[in-house]
Amino acid sequence: MAVQVEFLKSIPYFSGLSDAEIDSVRKYIFEKKAERGEILSFEGEPANVLYFVVAGAVKVFKTSADGKEQIFSIIRPGESFNDVPILSSGVNLVSAAAMGAVVLNAIKKNDLEVVLREYPRVALNVIQVLSRRVQELVSLVEDFSFRHVTGRVAKMLLEYAGNGVGDRPRLTQQEMASMIGTAREMVGRSLKNLEAEGVIRMERNRIIITDPKAIREMAGVA
Amino acid sequence: MREMPIIDQDKCQGCGLCVSVCACGALVIVANTVQAIEVNKCLWCTLCELVCPYGAISCPFEIVIENDQP
Repeated sequence: MAVQVEFLKSIPYFSGLSDAEIDSVRKYIFEKKAERGEILSFEGEPANVLYFVVAGAVKVFKTSADGKEQIFSIIRPGESFNDVPILSSGVNLVSAAAMGAVVLNAIKKNDLEVVLREYPRVALNVIQVLSRRVQELVSLVEDFSFRHVTGRVAKMLLEYAGNGVGDRPRLTQQEMASMIGTAREMVGRSLKNLEAEGVIRMERNRIIITDPKAIREMAGVA
Repeated sequence: MREMPIIDQDKCQGCGLCVSVCACGALVIVANTVQAIEVNKCLWCTLCELVCPYGAISCPFEIVIENDQP
């Protein structure tokens, strides 16, 4: 699958560019595919490529010295990762791994700089993308500070239930635990509590939110 | 086709711990690595994922809102 103009037009980085401008940007973009578990960027290594997820999902995470994993976010189609180290000319702050088969579009750091100089509109878009990233991190700190585990599980379920359109990432209990900063056992216990309260129903490999209103209240987003 | 736990053959060391905890016989050792075979009795208990010392087994969940199911 070649790099698609329609996809580039749909992502925040290139929002507002004309068809001719998108076509011009396209020459810098290349495609990459990865399988489940494949590491796409390593924490601490120099960052040279900015990625956009075309299909599938990518987890962005940090690993502690004792091997504990903290997932910062799940990157879905249309979203990007590696932005901060690319723009700050630093090393990767986090690692990124494919959660299943993924298709990515990518642009090298030097080429992105050419695009930014040529199209100031893209620079404005980047500011918006980074602002949203800061909002997400503030929300994560808020969760760690003020929300109990069941509330965090409820919020995570709501966030990853999606809106019924497109790919939904599928999460293991370990991934859920890493995402909300708790132990896997706590996630299992919280899911059982939510099921006992009639808020969710577990159907083999599906978690079905049966009472969205109640779960929103538990998540504190009602 | 019924979905079964996902086994990363590169990580699997064939220790058989997952086979020992699997109550439904969905996991078998073939040529020193674990394979998942399709069985109706697999309830997605995730015990195999929990006990694997190598992180080689994944039992991912899809999260859906009831009226939003495909």
